[in-house]
This record gives sequence, C-alpha cells and structure tokens, in this order.
Amino acid sequence: MKLEGRKIYKGTAEAEAIVTKDGISFFGGVDPDTGKVVEVGHELEGQSITGKILVFPSGKGSTVGSYTMYRMKKNNTAPVAIVNKQIDTIIAVGCIISEIPCVDKIDIGNIKTGQTIIVNGSEGTVEIK
Amino acid sequence: MKLTQEEQDMLDGKQGRATQKSMEILTTLGEIFDAECMIKIYSVQIAGVSYANLGEAGLEFLSEMAEDGKVKVLTTLNPAGMDRENWQALGIDEEFAINQNRAIEAFTKMGIITTCSCTPYLIGNLPHFGQHIAWAESSAVCYSNSIIGARTNREGGPSALAAALTGKVPKYGYHLDENRHGQVLIKINAQVNGTDEFGVLGKFIGDKLVELEKKIPYITGIPSATVEELKSFCASVATYGGTALFHMKGITPEYDKYPKPSDIVFEINQDNLDKTRAELIDNDIIIDFVSIGCPHASIHEIANIAKLLEGKKVKKEFWITTARPTKRIADEAGYSKIIEDAGAKFAADTCCVVAPIKGRFKGIMVDSAKACYYGRAKNKFKVKIGTIEACIEEATK
Repeated sequence: MKLEGRKIYKGTAEAEAIVTKDGISFFGGVDPDTGKVVEVGHELEGQSITGKILVFPSGKGSTVGSYTMYRMKKNNTAPVAIVNKQIDTIIAVGCIISEIPCVDKIDIGNIKTGQTIIVNGSEGTVEIK
Repeated sequence: MKLTQEEQDMLDGKQGRATQKSMEILTTLGEIFDAECMIKIYSVQIAGVSYANLGEAGLEFLSEMAEDGKVKVLTTLNPAGMDRENWQALGIDEEFAINQNRAIEAFTKMGIITTCSCTPYLIGNLPHFGQHIAWAESSAVCYSNSIIGARTNREGGPSALAAALTGKVPKYGYHLDENRHGQVLIKINAQVNGTDEFGVLGKFIGDKLVELEKKIPYITGIPSATVEELKSFCASVATYGGTALFHMKGITPEYDKYPKPSDIVFEINQDNLDKTRAELIDNDIIIDFVSIGCPHASIHEIANIAKLLEGKKVKKEFWITTARPTKRIADEAGYSKIIEDAGAKFAADTCCVVAPIKGRFKGIMVDSAKACYYGRAKNKFKVKIGTIEACIEEATK
C-alpha cells in the first residue's frame, strides 16, 4: 500500500516503523544519548527510536527540540525518517538541520509498529511493504 | 512558493552552506504554512542562547553555521545563562562559563551583536510601525507586534538565525493584515496598576485564551500604562496564552485598524484578578531569593529600585536582571553604587529563566508573572508575586 502525503524533507529510508498516538517532545522527552523515549507516561516510554521510522501525530514542546534531533543525528541515535499526521515547526526545522527524511499529511492509522515501510521525502510518499 | 533569483541562488548554495541551510529552513516553513513568497526583514532577535538550553548539540549546530554564515540585518541576542563579567560572584561554575562563551563566540563570528537581552527594543534594536522583522523570545515578539506595531511570527532559535543569515522570512501569519484581527473582546472593569498587576492580568487573559482556543485579544478599559507595565503584561500573556499580538484600546497602534471582535466577549473584575494573584503565591513558601527584571529591568525601574534601597541592607540573595547597556547607564547615573552598597547584585546578560539555578534556592519573590511560571516549572522553586516595593521590603526584612 502506498500513502500519499506532503514532502517536508528530502531523502528516502526503508526501516521498521515505530508508531505512537502521542505527540513527541524531543527536548526533555527523548534521551539523545540512548535514543530512548523518556517522557513519563508516554506510550513509547522506555522504547528506542534509533534506526527506526518514527510515526506520530505531531511534535510538541520547546523549540530547543530541533537541536536535540540534530544531536541525535550526530550521536547516531536518531530515527532514519519521520512520518507525521501534521508537521509542526520544531519537527520540520529539526529534520532540515539534521537531514532526516520527513513526510506529513499521512493517515498514520494505516501504519503498524513492526511493519517495514519506505519513506520517500522527495515525493512525499510512504509505502507499506 | 515563488522565489526571486537571489533567493533561488541562496537555496542553490551560491552564497555558501549556512545561507543554503537557512533558505532550506525558510522555504520549507513557507510551504508548510502556504506562504506565496518570501519578504525582506529588517531586524532579528535570536533565542536559544543559554548553554543550559542549547547543550552540546545546539552549540555544534551554531558552530557549523558560523563557518561561513554572516548576518544580513541587525541581529541581537536573548539572555545567556550567565552574567558575562560577573558570573563567578553569581555562583556559576567554570565549565558552564566556558561552554556559554563558546556559544557566544559562534554568534559573534556570524556578526550578531551579543547584547544578551530579552528587551532588544530598549537597547537599540527598535523596529518601527509596520516593519517586517523576525524575532524569537515570546515576550519581545508580543511587545513588537502589539506595542510597536511591527510584524513578526513567533520564531524559534534556528528559524530566527535562518532569517538573520538570509534577510528573509516566508510571508505568512502575523506578516499579513488578515491574521492580525482581534478575536476576543475583553472588557476590564478594574484598576490595574504596577508591573505585578499587569502580569496578573496577562495570566488571567492568557489562561482564558487557551481555554477559548483563541490567540488575539482586543482589550478595553485600560486608560493608561507605562512601558514597564506593558512589557510585564506582554511577557505574561505570551507565557500563559502563547499570545503574539493583542490590541488595547487607546494604547496600541492598531487597535482601530481592524474590525472590533464582537462574538466572544468577557469581562474581568477585581475578583478575577485577586483569584489569579492567589494562584501566583505558594502558601508554604520560604523566601530566600528575590529577583526583579523579568523581562529585563529598564533604567526607569533601576532608578526606582535605587531610591527604595538607598541606605538599606538586603538580607537575602537579591538579583536585578537587566541588559548590559542599561547597567552601564545605571553605573553612570550612580544607581549601581547605591544598589550594590545595599548588598543587591546585578545579573546583566542573563535572567532567572535561563540561568542554571535549578534547586539553588527554595523560594523566589518576583514582580513578574512570567518569572513565577519558569521559577516553578524549570527551577522547582516556590514562588510569590508582589509589587517592586513589596519585593524590596521582603529582601531587606
């Protein structure tokens, strides 16, 4: 199945999806050294997002989150691509400065954790294998 | 989005890597928010200066941008994590100081004026009515849009830097007339006086706007207000309501420019303000820290503090946070000597929101509703709001 969305940042990635219905705050909500979600009570608390395609509705929290994403990229703890229902400026800017492929306007209910998906940030599509 | 040849060249990397990255950020934001084109801006205020917030990652990004990036417009900086001259006396550790200075060096290399203040409009970064600008720092965004009538969105650290390095922003949001109309009519039936009370009013209105899911209030019933009261109000309504723009009848320059909202009306009386003030006072507080200057104290406020402190001694840690240039005026006028003789300290270039002081004090007394929010959330202090006079009484008793 191929889902059509909007391109946010270029590049392609194929990896396992990790999906959440909760918003993500990279500043304070994700540990940039381990790649694990640390926000208390978050659906993904304790799980690693490193090397995966992170699928969530939208970003939240401080604009410093863009810098946290950049730090994860440098630490090799970042997700390889991001899929959003509705992008916000923190995630958009984070993807651009960290060069992480990103697509939004996707009905993320179609994607399940553990599925292998292909994100094409240049075309704005997500393919479920 | 339509780009001019110059903008396309920047995007293609013809003006270097930092400018290219900046244009990528701006065009992407433009596409997300359906901007038709870019517009020229005249002033930038950058947030994300404190090493406590930037961390090593943010610093690395800034250093990379500083390799070949140079600002194209007047650009000033938000408060840093420490007083750049007096950090030792204020208890900041040396490793933090070294890292903070590395961040400031990266900004300097890009041609940014390292003023380190949240009130750029008081110290030479002052746009005029209708000018397009790109400011971060929520209180200054609210002040510039509302009190000055300049036009800016609420930029974050990286997008403000991108605007500085290109001289452009995408044309959307508060840059357009149609997005500047008042949305909620608020009638005030109470006397509002002093920086603390304007902060209380800002919290009440901010909380109400969040509840109503609205952003732009149109306020009536304030016959006059000082610059200091307005800067306190801006900081508070931006902190609690995410407000970037308000209109105030008889005070702000655009109050009669757009149709007055009529569909949502609510009134504020003294009882509302009293209840909101009570929310900004923790009952079990033990005060060991007093701070004035959120947003940064003006020279007028410092003159008043000097008058109130003359011949007295403070018995608690007491910081006056302000911009370095304002401190210099206070030095020349003799206010600094009176204040320091009383045992109070200046913390220039920094503030209680961004300095690394979490856990250092138990309870803070302030005249600012914004400082109450961050004192609780970020620094884990108990808080109490009061007038400047009450703050000084607390510090000296």
